[in-house]
Amino acid sequence: MRPAARCVNAAGQPADGPARSDPMRADDFLFPTDAGLFCPAGDFFIDPVRPVPRALITHGHGDHARAGHGAVMATRETLDIMAIRYGENFTAARQAADGPARIGGVEVSFHPAGHILGSAQIRLACDDGPVITVSGDYCRTPNLVCAPWEPVPCDIFVTEATFGLPVFKHPDPAHEIARLLASMAEFPGRAHLVGAYALGKAQRVIALLRQAGFEAPVHLHGAMQRLTDYHVEQGIPLGDLRPATTPKEIEGQVVIAPPSAFASPWVQRFRDPVICFASGWMAVRARARQRGVELPLVISDHVDWPQLTQTLAELRPEQVWVTHGAEEGVVRWCELNGLDARPLRLVGYEDEAE
Amino acid sequence: MKAFAALLERLAFTPARNAKLTILQHYLERTADPDRGHALAALTGDLKLRAVTPGLLRGLAAERFDEVLFALSYDFVGDLAETIALIWEGPGGADLPLADAVRLLETTGKAGLPAAIAGVLDRLGPSERLAFLKLATGNLRVGLSARLARTALAQMGGPTLAEIEEIWHGLNPPYPELFAWIEGGPRPDRAALAPFRPVMLSTPITLEELRGLDPAEHIAEWKWDGIRVQAVSEGGVRRLYSRTGEDISGAFPDLIDEMNWEGAVDGELLVRREGAVATFNDLQQRLNRKTVSRALLTSHPAGLRVYDLLIWGGADLRPLPLIERRKVLEAADFRSDRIDISQLLPFGTWDDLAALRAEPPAPVIEGVMIKRRDAPYVGGRPRGPWFKWKRDPRVVDAVLMYAQRGHGRRSGFYSDFTFGLWSDDALVPVGKAYFGFTDEELRELDRFVRANTTERFGPVRAVAPKLVVEVAFEGVNRSARHKSGVAMRFPRISRIRWDKPAAEADRLETLEAMIDTPNVFDAEGARAGVRHGRTKRRGGGEAPQEAGAARPLDGVETPSIPAGYLDEEE
Repeated sequence: MRPAARCVNAAGQPADGPARSDPMRADDFLFPTDAGLFCPAGDFFIDPVRPVPRALITHGHGDHARAGHGAVMATRETLDIMAIRYGENFTAARQAADGPARIGGVEVSFHPAGHILGSAQIRLACDDGPVITVSGDYCRTPNLVCAPWEPVPCDIFVTEATFGLPVFKHPDPAHEIARLLASMAEFPGRAHLVGAYALGKAQRVIALLRQAGFEAPVHLHGAMQRLTDYHVEQGIPLGDLRPATTPKEIEGQVVIAPPSAFASPWVQRFRDPVICFASGWMAVRARARQRGVELPLVISDHVDWPQLTQTLAELRPEQVWVTHGAEEGVVRWCELNGLDARPLRLVGYEDEAE
Repeated sequence: MKAFAALLERLAFTPARNAKLTILQHYLERTADPDRGHALAALTGDLKLRAVTPGLLRGLAAERFDEVLFALSYDFVGDLAETIALIWEGPGGADLPLADAVRLLETTGKAGLPAAIAGVLDRLGPSERLAFLKLATGNLRVGLSARLARTALAQMGGPTLAEIEEIWHGLNPPYPELFAWIEGGPRPDRAALAPFRPVMLSTPITLEELRGLDPAEHIAEWKWDGIRVQAVSEGGVRRLYSRTGEDISGAFPDLIDEMNWEGAVDGELLVRREGAVATFNDLQQRLNRKTVSRALLTSHPAGLRVYDLLIWGGADLRPLPLIERRKVLEAADFRSDRIDISQLLPFGTWDDLAALRAEPPAPVIEGVMIKRRDAPYVGGRPRGPWFKWKRDPRVVDAVLMYAQRGHGRRSGFYSDFTFGLWSDDALVPVGKAYFGFTDEELRELDRFVRANTTERFGPVRAVAPKLVVEVAFEGVNRSARHKSGVAMRFPRISRIRWDKPAAEADRLETLEAMIDTPNVFDAEGARAGVRHGRTKRRGGGEAPQEAGAARPLDGVETPSIPAGYLDEEE
């Protein structure tokens, strides 16, 4: 253990609080800073939002995985994804998580989170302190493009709360894909542009289409080509994929594009398209309206309320720490169900990134 | 209920009229009786159910859910029925025929209603729960008019829209005989008295086009700025219909009382005070009401100016030439000082008529109507027998302030524009327009918006106040609902003034001076800067098909006039 790490964290702020006495208090083992969650015993941050000397990254989404750290530990897939997004020099040093590893006085291990390809929960343990599991973003609905979520027993569970309100009960994604196919049958002359984030959601939507028996070509916006190719390279079959560059040929077909493309002139190449959007937020009509969506598809890569509360009930950790999202809702549920919970109020994670 | 829920959801998110029609037509073709009939009635507003109140819904939520979690959820979702539909816990899975849901809402007493509703919610999935609650609260909000619903019926391949409208008011939900007719069965007996008959509509014309016609074969009348109605009084049943067949009798009991005759007449509904015709703004106060207060009946008395007879003295006059119908009209006694007949304008040449049109005797005249003497009364819009020759629109030069992305064919284009006028040193938004420009101009406007964005709010962008657009409109009223205090009728972009500096755009006072202008050609109006559009553009003057399609931006929406009332709405 390195005392220096305890006194000053990498954000340059003194880590206040009383002097530590054994066994180590959870608050001293892991705590929020401006740069993200910091573990002084191992001198590393988890999903830091600014460059730090050492970072553990749960998954490749841009608000969790940023470029410019001194050293990064993540799953092999997450490291690959970061290299695709930021270039090979996204970090000075890297280490693929492969079985338990020791960093300073901390035993670190990565476990599938079921969110996107390569996504992981990070388990932290030290000899005289509590076991903490940082879930990152996670999802318990089976997902064809990544390994399923696994329970990781712990004393403290750090959970996301993106959909931490009881109104969020994501439907079966197969049902949503059936709605997309029904609309394509109803409007055979109109291209269906499906807005989906380039990493994870896009490939999941394609895999769901294939699972539903849709075998025609799926057209891709250029921004998702490289990451989709990577999924195929990893052995995930996505069928016939083509670039969405020749509008005349893609009428009446499915086109997957990042939602930001709908605000750009790119979309002007399509005549009378049906704008669709695959996101958990689409469960709320006002959200779909705000985005000008004609066919909202409720497909989410995050736990919904029943999954989140079921997870807490199954793990029954001594404490629940709630990070980004609807913290108040989850904290309230814990209060009603006899669990000790508190919001971490981390900054820098995008509520909309789903 | 599953199919109905899917229908409501698609309609609610589909802005384009034709796509809405396709969705509804498919639903009606694929759904069995009586569910489809109940769905149709729900959409046309003909389903009379006990309205479930928000208070009842709040009570249901309070019984089942933690107050804090419900409040957080409601705060996020923003709609009470939707929050309850989403948060409700139950096995779901089961379905409930729409007819059963309707029967339950029709027959359950007030005391038993909360438990009955909770029981239904327990059985349904989330989409069906929302559809059921929307049905129960009587607020479907899918942006579809009764007329559009009947248009979908006509697309099913049987009777035409005109034929359906003619019997519509004699039918009751769930309309089994109507669907049987559409699918090849016999036409339902027209059981109802005082039915609606399809209205004869006119087409626009210009002076150049008129020169190809013989003035001697035509009559002309003033075109009054009221709303076109069909007043029918038969066998003791009296009804007032809009030109699309909506029964608006409830809003005009004063006029209904005066219909002491037998027949079906075509005319203009106006507000009249001591003989003078009041402005359209006055008439608008009377529209869209289920009931009307005594005070409003006194301050805004309704009257009717008749210009044609369809049925009179027990005879169907529609096959007769106009001039024969006109003889009967001039001899008719309406036995009311609120009902008179439209006078013919004396003219020998089209230039005579142009001179009359240029100096109308009353402010609420919006042009002249020209009709062939020998034409029978034909429902629909035959090209030729009836023309409207409207006065030129008014125009102001305004500054583009905000733009919003369009839908459907305009996906990806900033096509809905909010514009403003100068007041002191600031721009005040005065209206919104999304037509009047060509496709090429739309591309140019889109490029301008992207290059000059200063702020973004979801699909809306604020743009630097640099571009002047000439906005043409049919009139302007005072409006307490709009920040600027004025509301324009049918604003559209008639010209893009790339050449004009924004500082030289018009001031709000200029627009205010056009309010209730007694005569657009009078001296006062001219001093205040009232001008007239030089050229009428293609597509100008066309209102959107569906009032629900437009999304307001911070109180600058065109005031909503019920779909189908207005002549402009084609």
